[in-house]
Amino acid sequence: MAKMTIEDLKRIKEHTLKATALRQGDARVKITVHMGTCGIAAGAREVMNALMQEMAEADRQDIRVVTSGCMGMCSSEPNVTVEVLDSEPIVYQHMDANRMRQVFRRHALLGEVQTDFALAKM
Amino acid sequence: MRELSLHILDVVENGITAGADCIAVRVEESAPDDRLQITIQDNGRGIPAEKIRSVDDPFVTTRTTRRVGLGLSLLAAAARRCGGDITVSAPPGGGTEVTAWFRRSHIDRAPLGDVASTLGMLILGNPHVDFVYVHRLDQNEFSLDTRDIRDQLEDVPLNDPGVIQHITASIRRSLQDLAGGDIHATTREDTDGKDDH
Repeated sequence: MAKMTIEDLKRIKEHTLKATALRQGDARVKITVHMGTCGIAAGAREVMNALMQEMAEADRQDIRVVTSGCMGMCSSEPNVTVEVLDSEPIVYQHMDANRMRQVFRRHALLGEVQTDFALAKM
Repeated sequence: MRELSLHILDVVENGITAGADCIAVRVEESAPDDRLQITIQDNGRGIPAEKIRSVDDPFVTTRTTRRVGLGLSLLAAAARRCGGDITVSAPPGGGTEVTAWFRRSHIDRAPLGDVASTLGMLILGNPHVDFVYVHRLDQNEFSLDTRDIRDQLEDVPLNDPGVIQHITASIRRSLQDLAGGDIHATTREDTDGKDDH
């Protein structure tokens, strides 16, 4: 079995419970990484890796990350959709780890749409 | 695909799209038999009997966003290129089972790649799905079951970023230990994911 000690999990659990208690409420931002064959082949996993790191650093409970399949826009993969509550979803194209970090910090955290990388409004 | 773990990611995503809530991935490597086999079993709605024979035909797909389906055809091509093949079957209990095998030492066999981040992101992106991962290398075995982790976490969601980072790191360590000094059983981290179609 993995070297995932129960103590480690307990420590994470306590930390997360505290953080969640501070900010109860629904997700304000939803980030979707499109992971069809096309997205995966184009590098969606590296995009997702960068997003996971940013999420862990930001420690925000109101941002939700999900994966989905192909949208049919395979030539612009990796695609990422950012939906901020009460605004239009934005689809970003040709994402990589650095673009993902920028979109996360500027759009997801600060609400500034990064038009340079945007493919479309939905 | 540049890594076998990307094929795993792809086929697992298929299972999730088919409504599975539990997916088991098994990687079996045997140096004496010179074989690497990947089995992915899901409990989704399965593939209709009339389609199961044509799964590796890229022009047969259930998707509606485009007219070609590439996931299994790419995996089949990768396996056949390395003296292996794939089978797709519908187990009696429902769902789908995909098995791909490769000649492990074949020069064209892609490395297994970054299994740890593949699993980490599957867990992060699909909090309602449970994953079982078993990796056997000759006599040694590593296994992970998200249901066990859920039990230990109690009220904390499995897809909490801190939990995911921890799980990913510990899978990575365990697989490195499993591989030991064996350069063929790679857990490569320096991949950029660009595919050479």
